Amino acid sequence: MEAEVLVEENKQGNSPSAIPSYLEHKGRFRGIWSWLLTTDHKRISILYLVSILTFFAVGSILGFFMRMEQMTTGPTIMEPQTYNAFFTLHGVMMIFLFIIPGIPAAFGNFILPIHIGAEDVAFPRLNLMSWYLYISGAILALTSLFVGGLIDTGWTFYVPYSLRTGTNVSLALFGVFLLGFSSILTGLNFITTIHRLRAPEMGWFNMPLFVWSLYATGWIQVIATPIIGITGLLVIAERLFGIGIFDPSKGGDPVLFQHLFWIYSHPAVYIMILPAMGVISEVIPAFARRTIFGYKFIAYSSIAIASVGSLVWGHHLYVSGQSYTASVVFSLLTFLVAIPSAIKIFNWVSTLYKGSIDLSTPMLYALAFIFLFMIGGLTGLMLGTLSVDVHLHDTYFVVAHFHYVMFGGTGFGLFAALHYWFPKMTGRMYNERIAKIAWALLVIGFNGLYFTMLVLGYQGMPRRYYDHLPEFHEGHIIATVGSWILVSGIFLMLGNILYALFKGRKAGQNPWKATTLEWQVPTPPPLLNFVTKPNIPEDPYDHKFRF
Amino acid sequence: MTSTAATAKVEFHEHHDYTGGKIGMWLFLFTELLLFGGMFIVYAVYRYQYPQEFHQAAMELNTLLGTINTIVLLTSSLSMALSIATLQRGKRKVSLAFLSFTIFCALVFLVNKYFEWSDKIHHGIYPNSEELLNFEKGEVLFFGLYYMMTGLHGIHVLAGAIILSIMAYFIAKRPSEKYYFYPEKLKDLQGSKLVIINQKGEEIWNGATINESVDQFSVNIKRPLTDKYIDKNNIGKLENSGLYWHLVDVIWIFLFPLFYLIT
Repeated sequence: MEAEVLVEENKQGNSPSAIPSYLEHKGRFRGIWSWLLTTDHKRISILYLVSILTFFAVGSILGFFMRMEQMTTGPTIMEPQTYNAFFTLHGVMMIFLFIIPGIPAAFGNFILPIHIGAEDVAFPRLNLMSWYLYISGAILALTSLFVGGLIDTGWTFYVPYSLRTGTNVSLALFGVFLLGFSSILTGLNFITTIHRLRAPEMGWFNMPLFVWSLYATGWIQVIATPIIGITGLLVIAERLFGIGIFDPSKGGDPVLFQHLFWIYSHPAVYIMILPAMGVISEVIPAFARRTIFGYKFIAYSSIAIASVGSLVWGHHLYVSGQSYTASVVFSLLTFLVAIPSAIKIFNWVSTLYKGSIDLSTPMLYALAFIFLFMIGGLTGLMLGTLSVDVHLHDTYFVVAHFHYVMFGGTGFGLFAALHYWFPKMTGRMYNERIAKIAWALLVIGFNGLYFTMLVLGYQGMPRRYYDHLPEFHEGHIIATVGSWILVSGIFLMLGNILYALFKGRKAGQNPWKATTLEWQVPTPPPLLNFVTKPNIPEDPYDHKFRF
Repeated sequence: MTSTAATAKVEFHEHHDYTGGKIGMWLFLFTELLLFGGMFIVYAVYRYQYPQEFHQAAMELNTLLGTINTIVLLTSSLSMALSIATLQRGKRKVSLAFLSFTIFCALVFLVNKYFEWSDKIHHGIYPNSEELLNFEKGEVLFFGLYYMMTGLHGIHVLAGAIILSIMAYFIAKRPSEKYYFYPEKLKDLQGSKLVIINQKGEEIWNGATINESVDQFSVNIKRPLTDKYIDKNNIGKLENSGLYWHLVDVIWIFLFPLFYLIT
């Protein structure tokens, strides 16, 4: 519906000025309320981005102190119970508050509607509500850590320990329940948006690959997340009322908890990695100045990862006493997931071939992603092998593998997205030289820390131990020094971004000479994204149609 | 007054995507099914493990009360569907009556559930009670699941009743919508006057002058209540609430035999 308000003018020469950006737009509310009550997908994305990066910074500091503790044998800077609390807090914050909402909620929210030529997401109010659920969940989870003793169960909340510990597990799990609800609403919103709000010329295979990856992610969010919700509620009911479902003394089965937990939490790692793969599929054609190689293979492989990845949770239970047949099936399925992941890697590398490569910061992060994710993926295959996993289960090897895929993969993907879309989101450009130095520190520190942990784990260093044997001492020192370099890289990067937010020079409409629709709209975009009807080429990465 | 009649064109959009709303609702219903699905899996595992004890424990439940509740919920689903069907035909009052009956059924269900639970609790059968812990392990699990699943279902019935009440309020309420306009460069318009002009160019309404204190204007539009209006804008929400209500009903249809009829 359209309406016109006619205004009788008593001044001459009232010409329509340039449309203000979403940052300048005067809405119904003023000041802080124009952010806290906004339904604009771009403002909500900034709300998410700020919260997510804050939790990431805090989580990194916790990891830094954990590494400090392992600097020497015996107590170094904290008590054993504090160490338990630190690895729990580090895990909960990084998984539930940073990496799961990370790319979809912060960057997907901003870019997805623009990528498909839409003015906003399908349910803008639901979008805001999901941010409030996220913040409430975060507050509950963090409160629980300080009310009634620091939680010491690890982020996996395994029963029966999580039933017995005196710490406030119930509140934390309710926080996780709310965070899951927030994640479901984001996924639901994106699926509906992609189905309903594509511009008329935007067919399924004209969409940028980032949108495909968010579509696959949306389905996992909708299908897998309710299971963690009910699992959390069952543990809460168990602790409050003693219903007995996971309590062996009442006939319950703790392994059932592990199944339910991983039915969600394994697909959840694809919630984390798929959007990052989407970002890489954007960055690589933009900076190789040529179209993506194997568009349909990359698009379908996102769907394949999402579907097969939902059926592999049992590989976390090889040593928990599940049936041997089940383990063999889960092992086979785990190997199958490697195929679509490898398809993506091969296609990205083929895209680079004969490209005219521009090594700007986003591209550097994307290349680091490919390198680190390959190490993460190949060590994942080792862990998916039944016999090898018996040796490696619950060692630093698992921790290092997980950090290679989640930090080296999703984390670096998120940094690539941050550096790629930062000018579009804020209208400012960061210092490219400092960003590159930060990147180098991150890559060196990362490998110093986690490659050493791979070796330590292979030698037998168990995870979650407060102390270590003298034979692991050298490795721990190298890893700790690596963590210093890594953390300095993180804070240099965040500092650079923060400085650019206030003092950075103005960015143009298309600083990277990229091809997708967000570069056709002004920087930063106006309220409803498009000033004129967008020009939608058949191939989203066709550099002939650059704007 | 030199009326140069500059047009401050403000577009506003009513985002009513009927199909989009439906897709969103169905996705949400999937998540609800999976939420309960998790518990149905747990039920299946323990029933397989303790078939005899489940059989024994189910004898303790009051099949009559369960049956009455099943009938109540099925009836409420009928009245829900009728409420939507009558509203589609523009019969607002009849629709409201059916909707109120649905809400009434939800309350009857909850009251019935209250008596059922308090009876069990009175006999000492509740999670972690001394009485219950003397039972066989499978029976403890049966009652653990019974309280958990019917409890969560009860919460859904309550939520459904609240949602339906909100819908009833929106159907009963007279439509009055507020739209806000944010013309660009409001400063330049100071001293201007807000008027509504009809198609012939006649001023049909003459409003206040825009001075320094104005930083936005809102238009409160009262649209006539027509059948078309309800049809077009409200029915999607009512239909989606109806879908939710049917889901609550369907889950009960599975809970009822699994707990009451396995004796």
